[in-house]
Amino acid sequence: MKWLSAPVMILFLALMVYATGGLPDHADPQAPANTHVTPTYIEDTIEDTHTPNIVTSVLADYRGYDTLGETVVIFTAGLACVLILMKRKTNDKRAIPKHHSSDDM
Amino acid sequence: MIKERYQSIIVQTICSLLIPFIQLFALYVIFHGHYGPGGGFQGGVLLAVSVILQRLYLGKEVSYQRFSPKLAPVFGAIGMLIFGLSGLIPMVFGGSFLDYAYLPIFWVHGAELRSLGILIVEIGIGLTVFGTLVLIFDNLIGERW
Repeated sequence: MKWLSAPVMILFLALMVYATGGLPDHADPQAPANTHVTPTYIEDTIEDTHTPNIVTSVLADYRGYDTLGETVVIFTAGLACVLILMKRKTNDKRAIPKHHSSDDM
Repeated sequence: MIKERYQSIIVQTICSLLIPFIQLFALYVIFHGHYGPGGGFQGGVLLAVSVILQRLYLGKEVSYQRFSPKLAPVFGAIGMLIFGLSGLIPMVFGGSFLDYAYLPIFWVHGAELRSLGILIVEIGIGLTVFGTLVLIFDNLIGERW
């Protein structure tokens, strides 16, 4: 069943490469992001948030959802590190069965 | 693993002089994010560095008394809670998710309230980063606590 993942990945790669053709060029002034989103952020920051630093107002206010996800990722990664590095009490009496019945399927 | 304090008068003096200034600078970086480079992530890392430096030069017993390793995940979770609640509470008061203008701080209005909301969120981010980094360091040391 492992070889099945290769054609799926190749199809996905082909789809991504095809979709790349539809993106606007790098730093294109006529790109949708540069025609109205960026000017709005730059012009309205002081009026909307009273924050002179545009980076902060974009990071925490306009795109706060993104930053929330970022913080969750950091916290989850830290907890995962703890789970890997944590010293567990070894309990040899409770042996883990190596062969499950799911291998037969 | 780091059992006793580092046996060098120079290292001890320099570290004990540096740590309060590192903490002060960390708070400055968090609160100055509105006006210059900085913010919660950078300030949280600086706070964590001040605790990690204590762990390195003071040894286990004294530094665990000053900042218990059990507190680190609590700080991280409190930071996440501050961020999550500052997103959810505006929804209760009629705004959308993370719309700080609807936070229930009634003596501040409009843009000022959004500025205050950014500060609250930055403090939450700082606490999360601080707790997470100290937690990772304490577990890398491999001490059973």
